[in-house]
Amino acid sequence: MLNFLEEWSFFGGSILLILIGLYGVITRKNMIKILISLALMDTGVNLMLVALGYVKAANAPILNSVVQTNTAAFVDPIPQALVLTSIVIGTAVLGLGLALVIKIYDKFSTLDISKIRGLKW
Amino acid sequence: MKFRNFLALIIVAVFAFIIFQAFTIVPAAGEITINKFGQADLSNRTASRYINKNVNSDSKKVIYKESSNLESGSANIVTSVVANYRSFDTLGEITVLFLAAAGIAIVLNLEKSEKSRFAAKEASLILNTGIKIIFPLLLLAGAYIFIHGHLSPGGGFQGGAVIATAFLLKMLADYKFEIKEKSITLVESAAGIVFVGLGLYGLITRGSFLENFLATGTVGELFSGGTIAVIYTAIAFKVGAELTNIVKSLIEA
Repeated sequence: MLNFLEEWSFFGGSILLILIGLYGVITRKNMIKILISLALMDTGVNLMLVALGYVKAANAPILNSVVQTNTAAFVDPIPQALVLTSIVIGTAVLGLGLALVIKIYDKFSTLDISKIRGLKW
Repeated sequence: MKFRNFLALIIVAVFAFIIFQAFTIVPAAGEITINKFGQADLSNRTASRYINKNVNSDSKKVIYKESSNLESGSANIVTSVVANYRSFDTLGEITVLFLAAAGIAIVLNLEKSEKSRFAAKEASLILNTGIKIIFPLLLLAGAYIFIHGHLSPGGGFQGGAVIATAFLLKMLADYKFEIKEKSITLVESAAGIVFVGLGLYGLITRGSFLENFLATGTVGELFSGGTIAVIYTAIAFKVGAELTNIVKSLIEA
């Protein structure tokens, strides 16, 4: 059981986050909640990428006074670099989405997408 | 349960099925698929080249504070990927951030709304006094994080985010505090020009865009890694200016 949890908590957890985010995007009507769901999906994908590069009992890919040589076991640095990119892009997209929400709220005085004229759900 | 929620559950279930299918694929000989958790084999991956700091030739041992004149002199291997081996990606990344900041500014300034959302008034004494103390400390912490990006966890993006947080706090405490649009643009453009200029200089002198042209020094020293520290400083200023701009547009909207 513990083994199973250890093996699946990261992959399963990240997939679960993605699915929860997807469910939220489909069912929620409040635009802020939709953006939160998108951010959840983003987090899930990031966690998944980092988990794919994980090596058991390995060090963070930084040489320092404890880990002195590159022959030691390291986790994969490339997913971490990719996730760094992904986080920044996620922040940018979230900010742009919030700006659009502010503008839509100005125009329609509601956050509910079903009450906005011209959109049907 | 509403019909919509039921439909959403079905869509999610189909997605879950497709994703879990990816984990059950059995690799053919010589093919690499998703590894089991915690068993990534780095010797098969490009990462081993980056860890050994030798993309072109055979691997050799790198010792902390002893090895010098390596291909990439950064002790933090993630940094050497972000700011050296794949710095062209990073240039694209900060361009996306710049586009998002510009997009937010354009969207929010198209037509100013008459009603102001936040009634501007004096912040509380605790916030005001606290931020006076914490503002320089945050700037210092941000500078530390991006200057030591090639030695310890952190780097330009994180440092830039911390600096932007400092300005966010300042804006929250003092509603009269205003950063000039011009100075943000100046910092951002200067940092961008430094980044692209380093790339072009590498292209002219070494033959490929953003190639390192400075001495890489000894691994683990502050002055090591060649252009990495300079690039990360430029990234920090650019990211800090962009995030400050985003926060400023959102607050003033």
